[in-house]
Amino acid sequence: MEQPLEALAGVSVAAPRRVPISWAWLGVVPFFAFALLFLLLPTAYLVIGAFQDADGHWTLANLADLWEPNIVSAYWISLEVSAASALGGATLGFMLAWAVVLGGLPRWLRPALMTFSGVASNFAGIPLAFAFLATLGRAGLVTTLLQSVFGFNLYRAGFNILSFWGLTLTYLYFQIPLMVLILTPALDGLKREWREAATILGAGPWGYWRQIVIPIIWPSLLGTTLLLFANAFGAVATAYGLTGSTLNLVTILLYAQVRGDVLHNPHLGYALALGMVVITAVSNAAYIILRTRSERWLR
Amino acid sequence: MKRNRLGPWLALALGAAYFLVPLIATLEFSLRIRRGTYSLDAYANVLSDPSFQQTFLFSTVAAVATIVAGTVLVVPTAYWIRLRLPRMRPYVEFITLLPLVIPAIVLVFGYLKLYNSSSILPMTGAAWTTNILLVCGYVTLALPYMYRAVDTGLRAIDVRSLTEAAECLGAGRVTIMTQVIFPNVRVAVMSGAFLTFAIVIGEFTFASLLDRPAFGPYLQLVGANRAYEPSALAIIAFVVTWACMGLIQVFARDPRSASLPTP
Repeated sequence: MEQPLEALAGVSVAAPRRVPISWAWLGVVPFFAFALLFLLLPTAYLVIGAFQDADGHWTLANLADLWEPNIVSAYWISLEVSAASALGGATLGFMLAWAVVLGGLPRWLRPALMTFSGVASNFAGIPLAFAFLATLGRAGLVTTLLQSVFGFNLYRAGFNILSFWGLTLTYLYFQIPLMVLILTPALDGLKREWREAATILGAGPWGYWRQIVIPIIWPSLLGTTLLLFANAFGAVATAYGLTGSTLNLVTILLYAQVRGDVLHNPHLGYALALGMVVITAVSNAAYIILRTRSERWLR
Repeated sequence: MKRNRLGPWLALALGAAYFLVPLIATLEFSLRIRRGTYSLDAYANVLSDPSFQQTFLFSTVAAVATIVAGTVLVVPTAYWIRLRLPRMRPYVEFITLLPLVIPAIVLVFGYLKLYNSSSILPMTGAAWTTNILLVCGYVTLALPYMYRAVDTGLRAIDVRSLTEAAECLGAGRVTIMTQVIFPNVRVAVMSGAFLTFAIVIGEFTFASLLDRPAFGPYLQLVGANRAYEPSALAIIAFVVTWACMGLIQVFARDPRSASLPTP
């Protein structure tokens, strides 16, 4: 982050000499104005509100109140589901992206998978919840088939679509395609020449993977995993459509709070929102660092 | 090399199974409304529901407005960053990533507080201003995907040479944008638009909390009150989206795009 700042300072010093550069700023004004109005200010409003009480005095009481068992458990379940679905989605999405980009499969499979991934990532939200209720709900197709064909009762075995595993399995339906969509261009960046060069220098398939692919791809891989984490952490509609408000996720709690102040303290709602932003911000900070690393090669 | 293809095929087969089984199950469930026989009654119920038609139209219009507004915002910005302000790139990219950091529910919570009817800019005061706020929210949600798609498209063309060539031929800024840059990133814009449409059409959080008559809240309402219609709606949503994606892809097909990924 230090280098661009220095470079920026260099521009402003040079600006008076070269007139066109000083005009260049105007080109990004609409973008920054939009970001300020619809991204930064609304968030700042909540962040500031989290540190105030009902009369506008500064306080840390709202943050302290976040340690109520009900709220802590909401954060915890959200973290678990997000982490599990991000790791699972990243692994399976990577395998799929790899299979179609570099796996030597027929060429037509790639656009087919990309199109399907676009559609499936759209299939998040309420329709996805309906689909999984029809699949793995109590009267769902897979549940009834397992019962009638194998005599296996999924629900007696401890499975519930309204549980951690049910939600994770459902989230994977949009996590995997998202990984495929984001990672495929990164895999395209693995130039064929590198493989040829590695082979000429005597690397086998394993050596190519270990010394070329992994070092180049891991920042995008890990970075995208963090994106998936944030994506699942902020998801409302799928969980809401699936469970109503029976599962105590932090997004569901916040949704109820925005609707009807269930915590009986608007400023505790702001603190709840702040906590979510902090968690996703940490994973995103790591993503940005990793992205800078991967840009070096996948420019 | 042949030996290695087992892995890719296996990955693809597993993926296909995971993605197809819920679709098949949903389809099967949606046909079960009559006891003992398959019928399309659930679909008939849904399609004849006026609320379905109204909310679906509303969300489609919102999606198109989002795509247009997002394109107008993102393409010139990404172009300008590449051409004149490469040093600003980390900052703009940081902002385009923020919608992934700040969950949608937090954003809309902020909107409700910042733009409520007693604020300086009371956008939630009237229906049409709330609609504008909704579209602005959707543009924000789509920003990461839109920006990345357009930036990738710009990467594939030589922005500087194209601009200089156009300038030599006497083109102004607007002409360069509309006649030179935009046609060259059309495929990228389309892929961004295709993701945007995907995000907006069934979006629930913004629409529900801003209290707009959109498709997402309608789906939720049906889900809470009916048994078989939700599955029919899920299938309809899937089929309609698939059709839109197909149309967009046909529209975006460009003879050059096939050779772009491997320069």
